[in-house]
Amino acid sequence: MRMWAQSLLCRKVRLVPSFGAALALVFLILASSQPAHAIPAFARKYGLRCSACHESWPMLNFFGQKFKDNGYQLMNDRDSPIWQNPSYWPATMRMTPIWHRVSTNRNQVDVYTGDTVTGTTEAKITSSGFDLSGLDFHTAGTLEKNFSFYLLPSSDPTGAFHFESVFARVDNIGNNPWLNVKFGKFELDNLLSEKRILTLTANGGIYQLYHFIPAGDNNIFGQIGDNQLGAEWMGHSANDRTRISAALLSSNDGSVLLPYGSESYSAFFAASQAFDFGKLGVSRFGGYAMVGEAPTQWLTNGGSGAPIPGSGTGNKGYHREGFVGQIYFGEHADVTVVTQHGWDSAWFGQGYGDFVDNPTATCANSTGFPAPCNNLPGTSLAPGSRAPTWNGVLVEPHYVVNPQWILLTRYETIRMSQQSTPGTPSDLGNVTTYTLGTRINPFMNNRAGFAYHAEYNWFHQDGTSPVTGSNLTSSELLFGFDFDF
Amino acid sequence: MNSRLPQMTYAAVIAGVFAFPALAQAQITEYQQDQWLHTAAITSHVGNVTGDGSGAEERYRRYCQVCHGKMGDGNGESAQWFEPPLYPKPRDFTLGVFKCRSTPTGTLPTDEDLYNTIGRGMDRSNMPPWNTFSEQTRADLVAWIKHYSPRWQTEKAGPPIEIPAEPEVTAERVKAGQEVYSRVQCWKCHGVTGNANGPSASTLTDDPGHPILPYNFHEGRPKCGNSDTELYKIFMTGLDGTPMPSFSDNIKPDEAWDLVFFLRTLQSYPSKAKEIAEQLHLKPLNPDGSLPK
Repeated sequence: MRMWAQSLLCRKVRLVPSFGAALALVFLILASSQPAHAIPAFARKYGLRCSACHESWPMLNFFGQKFKDNGYQLMNDRDSPIWQNPSYWPATMRMTPIWHRVSTNRNQVDVYTGDTVTGTTEAKITSSGFDLSGLDFHTAGTLEKNFSFYLLPSSDPTGAFHFESVFARVDNIGNNPWLNVKFGKFELDNLLSEKRILTLTANGGIYQLYHFIPAGDNNIFGQIGDNQLGAEWMGHSANDRTRISAALLSSNDGSVLLPYGSESYSAFFAASQAFDFGKLGVSRFGGYAMVGEAPTQWLTNGGSGAPIPGSGTGNKGYHREGFVGQIYFGEHADVTVVTQHGWDSAWFGQGYGDFVDNPTATCANSTGFPAPCNNLPGTSLAPGSRAPTWNGVLVEPHYVVNPQWILLTRYETIRMSQQSTPGTPSDLGNVTTYTLGTRINPFMNNRAGFAYHAEYNWFHQDGTSPVTGSNLTSSELLFGFDFDF
Repeated sequence: MNSRLPQMTYAAVIAGVFAFPALAQAQITEYQQDQWLHTAAITSHVGNVTGDGSGAEERYRRYCQVCHGKMGDGNGESAQWFEPPLYPKPRDFTLGVFKCRSTPTGTLPTDEDLYNTIGRGMDRSNMPPWNTFSEQTRADLVAWIKHYSPRWQTEKAGPPIEIPAEPEVTAERVKAGQEVYSRVQCWKCHGVTGNANGPSASTLTDDPGHPILPYNFHEGRPKCGNSDTELYKIFMTGLDGTPMPSFSDNIKPDEAWDLVFFLRTLQSYPSKAKEIAEQLHLKPLNPDGSLPK
């Protein structure tokens, strides 16, 4: 047994230099600036290794999920900050220097470079180089026993900051784990957390299922992968096998200052149950649903037709729902499956919705003449307009070679089942993407995290190239040193 | 001076001859662990689940090693930062001495005792409840933990103590429990009001010599569980490795139940015993530990 472990260790040691050589030869990459949560500050507070809470950081394992559900508490009566050395500061920074090669087959370019008369065509562009991810500056933990918080200023790669997550949470109200209330901007209770995604490329570093918007649709409000503003009730059993949550959200996709509807809300529900399958381990099954309304009609100012932020009315509905399974096959292998069925009101399908960010966009209507996408009184949809619907599935298998090395892959596909405009090709906007990756943690301690990261993503969308409406394909190869402290 | 040098050398050599085997016996080596791990003894049995120590190494490394150490000696990388008494040092598995047992003091715990400890955690320490693990994982870890101490090779777990059925809590039993609390001098450590401020409290150390606090009945939960049965077990088996002894020779089982009921009156949680104590206007012990008049 020990020899086996040692041989693994030796293998790892040999791997590291070979990976370094690969880095030198192939360069390194970057990924998108998708904020990700992995908090060595918690490991420092409790003296636990990252691996205690993360299958491979930042992805949580079930113990980490329970820790999160308890409000970042181990529930050992030492959770309050009064038990910490006063110098303890629960802060963590994460950033990833990368090298990446990005290639997209159809980009809009001038037919003759610099000539604006002859129009545009499409061309493949491939670029590569060293780059940076955004910076996540996490601070989170307990204010007192059963009072927790999270604050995440996050920047894009240029250093432009925004508040990615800010919330306070009252935990275990009345010593009851079924009563936990969160208030602020937070990640929805997705069992497969996009904020703890293991991948970093632009298209592979998000779950397409969590952000899908049909071609021509303008409903940005149903993106379950984006952190949202609202309040959440969450409850769980003592061992976290049973989890349930409901959140009331402003329909603004997490944007501050009430930029969209005057009174538009959505709700997100999630529930799951874990089962002990003996030697296979504990697997979890559940479902989620997001149901909401968002505005299509806006007050304007100054005769320009420009919408007034916060004045949106004429709410129209949308919903997404699906199942989630996190299935383990022993200590090393697991697979997560997420399904989704989505439905948007025909108004969104015809381009109404986010008029604030697209004030010059035009939409079809019953007059036959394109008009600003403002559902003013008297506006009616073009005849035959239908609610766009789609179905999608995400499959993400992992192979955990050992606590310091994970191999992963992901397949996602989204298929339109009904286009909003009759006659539209049935496959317009369909998405297929594959991702392969590995993360190797050369050390495992209770202070910091570091991962050699390598990833390849291939992305395909039907009929959405910018000029000819052909299929759009892109690929990205990325290497990085992912670290947080 | 010079004439005594050879004598001292001989004495040192002789001491070394005896000391080295003793040290070698005490020192657990990876080789020995491997040998033990490959014996049939390094399994565990909890209910219908059979734990296999050889399947738990990576989980131990992932979850436990940072405190308990690669060699199971309680010297993981985090152990240096745990400052007793507020943060007890991690358990040294090589000694085969465990606090939470259903077995008599001085004996090895049952597999189920260890299994329950993993799932329950240790309140007021850095040992969290690992109750998200599958039953198999916990059983495997129990087997792995056992492979660190040679005691498991030569001894069997002690027989679980017999626990008579829990009687109904009554005013008489609560008062009798207070009498037991006074008589066996629980108050010397735990204080007359259960606030862990008895006259001996500040002097307590565990077996390795680290300062240790008695349980404050007004805060948190007892380390080995908070059910009536678990409380009963705590003072009838003792918490080995700590100053908390077994009182199985001092109090009868029926008296032990009385003590359980009285201890409930000290805790901050609502309980029937606490209600009874309030109805009785039960006064705390006098500062010298004697019963109130």
